[in-house]
This record gives sequence, C-alpha cells and structure tokens, in this order.
Amino acid sequence: MRFMVIVKADEKSESGALPDGKILAEMGKFNEELVKAGVMLAGEGLHPSSKGVRVRFSGKKRTVIDGPFTEAKELVAGFWLWQVKSREEAIEWLKRAPFDETEVEIRQVFEAADFAQSDPSGEFRKRDQQLREAVEARRR
Amino acid sequence: MTPPETQRAVHAVFRIESARLVACLTRMVRDVGLAEELAHDALVAALEEWPRSGVPERPGAWLMATAKHRAIDLLRRRERLERKREELARELEAKEEAGAEAAERAADEEVGDDLLRLVFVACHPILSPEARVALTLRLLGGLSTAEIARAFLVPEATVAQRIVRAKRTLAEEGVPFEVPRGPELEARLSSVLEVIYLVFNEGYAATAGDDWTRPELCEEALRLGRVLAELLPGEPEVHGLVALMEIQASRLRARVGPGGEPVLLLAQDRSRWDPLLIQRGLEALARAEALSPPAGSYSLQAAIAACHARARAPEETDWARIAALYDALGSVAPSPVVDLNRAVAVGMASGPAAGLALVEALRAEPSLASYHLLPSVRGDLLAKLGRLSEAREEFERAASLAGNARERDLLLARAGACARGAKPS
Repeated sequence: MRFMVIVKADEKSESGALPDGKILAEMGKFNEELVKAGVMLAGEGLHPSSKGVRVRFSGKKRTVIDGPFTEAKELVAGFWLWQVKSREEAIEWLKRAPFDETEVEIRQVFEAADFAQSDPSGEFRKRDQQLREAVEARRR
Repeated sequence: MTPPETQRAVHAVFRIESARLVACLTRMVRDVGLAEELAHDALVAALEEWPRSGVPERPGAWLMATAKHRAIDLLRRRERLERKREELARELEAKEEAGAEAAERAADEEVGDDLLRLVFVACHPILSPEARVALTLRLLGGLSTAEIARAFLVPEATVAQRIVRAKRTLAEEGVPFEVPRGPELEARLSSVLEVIYLVFNEGYAATAGDDWTRPELCEEALRLGRVLAELLPGEPEVHGLVALMEIQASRLRARVGPGGEPVLLLAQDRSRWDPLLIQRGLEALARAEALSPPAGSYSLQAAIAACHARARAPEETDWARIAALYDALGSVAPSPVVDLNRAVAVGMASGPAAGLALVEALRAEPSLASYHLLPSVRGDLLAKLGRLSEAREEFERAASLAGNARERDLLLARAGACARGAKPS
C-alpha cells in the first residue's frame, strides 16, 4: 500500500527561510531511517507559495493567479510517498518524525486493485486460479 | 486509543521493529529460534500492556528492553547453564546497568551489522530454497505463518514445519551468526539474492487476489531488496536486483488484461507503467553501474529492463543494446531461454533473418522442447520473412504448447492470419 504524507506550510516555511541546522539534521536522519527500512518511495520539499501559481478552471475559462497565497496552513510545504503494509504502519513511522508543533496528514494512494471489478459470481477469482495453475505448469 | 486501535498499532510497530529485534537477540543468545521466540514474547507483552498504559513514546526501545530482560531470565533459568552462558548473562546485566541509552547508542551501530548477519543466516544455502524463503519472510519480513502460507498457496502447517526444521538445521549445523567475508561473500550473497527474487517472482507471475495478494509479495521483495541495498551499498548485484525489481514492478498494472490474461511486454499499454518505480529502478541501476559496469546477472537483466523502460513506445526500443546485453548475460548466466531472448533482440536489431539463424540452433535444445515461446518466436520471424505457411505451422505448434487459454487464442489467431496471407507489419 502506498501513502502520501502531506506536510503543511506555516509562516516560517512560507517566508522561504531554511529550517535551522538541527532540524535539518534530524529530518535527514529520519529520511535515512525510511530509506534503510525500504519504505521511502519519494520525498520532496516545495518552494514557498510566493514562487507558486494557481490555475483557476471555470468551464472553458483558465485564469492564472500568482502566489503567495494566504491561509498558510492550507498550503502544502512538502510530501512523502511511503510504501507500507498498513495505515497503522504509516502512522507509526510518522510518529517518529522530528516535527515540533504541527499536523501532518496521511492519505492512502489509490491502487489499480481499488478500481478492480467486483466479482459477485466468483468468475474472476476462478480465472485467477486457472492463470496461476497455468503459470505453475509452465514453470515446471 | 481504543483497544483494537492499540492492537493494530502494536502489530505495526512489530512489523517495523521485528527484524532488528530478532537480529539483536540472535547476537545475544546465539540461537535464531530462541531469538524469535523472545521477540514474539515481547510482542505478546506489548499486546497486554499497551492497551492499559498506552503506546510508549519509543515503542521499539520498549520491545527491545522487554525482550532483553526475558533473554537474561531465560539464560539464567536454563537447567544446565554453561559457564559461558552465565558470563553472557552477567555481561548483559552489566550493560543494562550502564544505562539503557548508552547501550542503545552503541547498539545502533551494531544493528545494521546484526541485520546483515541475520539475512545471511536466514538465507543459508544449507537450507532448501523453500525453507530460506519462509525463514526470511518470517524473520526479516515479520510475516506470520498464515501470511506466508497464503502467499505461496501452501498449507499453514507446511510453512510452520519448514520454519521449525530450518531453525533446527541451523542450530544442529552450528551455523555461525556472522557475515561471510572475501570470496565466500559472493557465493552466499547470490543465495540471498536468489531468495529475494524468488519471492518477487511469486508475486510477479500472477494477478490480484486476496488479503495478502501477490502484488504485495512484489512489494515485500522490493522492501527486502531496498533494505539490503542500504546494508551492502558496495555490492553492485544488490543494486542490480533492486533495479530489476523496481522496473519489473513498474509494469504490474500493465501486465494483466481485463480478462485476467497476461499481456506481453511489447503489447502493454505503457501509460500504465509506473514512472516513479521506473525512476527508482534507473537510479538503482546507476548505483550498480557506478560500482562496476553491468557484469552480474541481475545487473544485466536490469540493464535490459531499463532499455524497455526508457522507450516510450516499442518502436523506440534500443534493440541493438538489448542484444549486446543478452550476449553478456549469456556468458555470465547461460541458459537456452536467455539465448531465445537474445534471438528476439537480434531479430529486432538486425532483421528477422539474423534472428532466425539464432533460433535454428535452439530447435534441438531439449529443455525448450515444450516451451511454447520457442515456436512462437520462430513463427514470428518466419512470418516477417514472408514464409507464411511455415509460420502458421509454428504458431499452431506454439498454441498446442501454451498453458494459458488466452495465449493459445492469440497464437491461433496469428496462425489464422498467416493462413489468410497476412504478413505482419
């Protein structure tokens, strides 16, 4: 299962100031732990919204709006993509992050299986089994 | 937190910590089986304690401390305690008194080493491949017996027995808890990589299913591979294996058609390939190649997979490079299947006649006698050369050997096209 972990912006991140050395070091160590555990898929920080831009859609109309945007805590400052077995595992990992005073969101990523057909007659499951048997036979 | 939530949290923490726990405990008690029991005891203790007192601030440390105390108790309570064991117990207690934090800081450095030792023990060649897989998934993946059984479609009792016997064999043979060195490392490492790739292939060959589904097996293998790459960053074949798995996993969503039929690489909808995994695969391959030009079988297979991954459409594939890589692979890990794949690549790069010449040499190969892809490839090359009636015979032959109904249909359709005089584009 994949989860996106969304770090919200605050006044500090929006000001463009780099976090202090100690926090950077701690975050670096945390990221290292994620990589060592084989859990980290991706992780990036985002430039402040003053460098950002929004595109407003209204029917066929497109309007481009320059940042910065207000409501810092509604903005995204960074994200991770983690591969874990359960939501609880994502939570336990996030608890180990060196954040001080903020809320960080965890959202599950849709997988192909989530879009899979429902199978009330068990037909897909049967074909599944046949396919596995065929693959097994081929391997022998 | 409600009790069920706490329970789930315990299991999540255990999944994160169990490999490390078992690794450290094995170093302490010198017995993988015992170490696993102690880890499991700590899990049970957490399940009882945490719903009452809440999840501790540092749950990993709690589990480790609990397990270590039990280890010390056990070593003491053993009936015929050798002198060594008593000394060990005293040593451990002294460490405990010296302060849990200090011990842990030192342990931090040792953890990586212990994990690596555990990897090599669990994948010891003295064990059968099935036993190695079961033990690895259990000790390093933290999977339950039920989960392993479901993943490999064998009864739970079979898996349980395999694990019990494996532990017994390791104890009886006195397999040391250490990382092999020098020339032994390469051989033992290939045993480890074999286990991980075995797990991956179990997941790669099939489609979606139940709770612990096969795509999740690919994920588990990928995770183990990535962990190993961090433990042995200087080993190119480890990065090669990770690269191969990342790139193959990138195609999981494109591999299966709507009716559950397998879709061959060249026919896959590339918009369904996962660009994140491809990127990760290419990065892992770069790490391997920074250490040495692709020379091992996994690195070479990964380099071939990367050629496909880089092509936005089948027509953009660098077949010449693929042919050269199969050449190299053929000398490192010779196999008729590799030769056949090479023939396909040569056919694409240098024209069907060249490919056909290579296939001719394989027709007498006994291990390919009932391999449907051999006549299928031959048929494809003959058809491209305009030799349609011969091609049709080959496709019909391939269809008769195909193990899957959908594939059979596809091959018969190609035979039919040849009969109608339709040359492939």
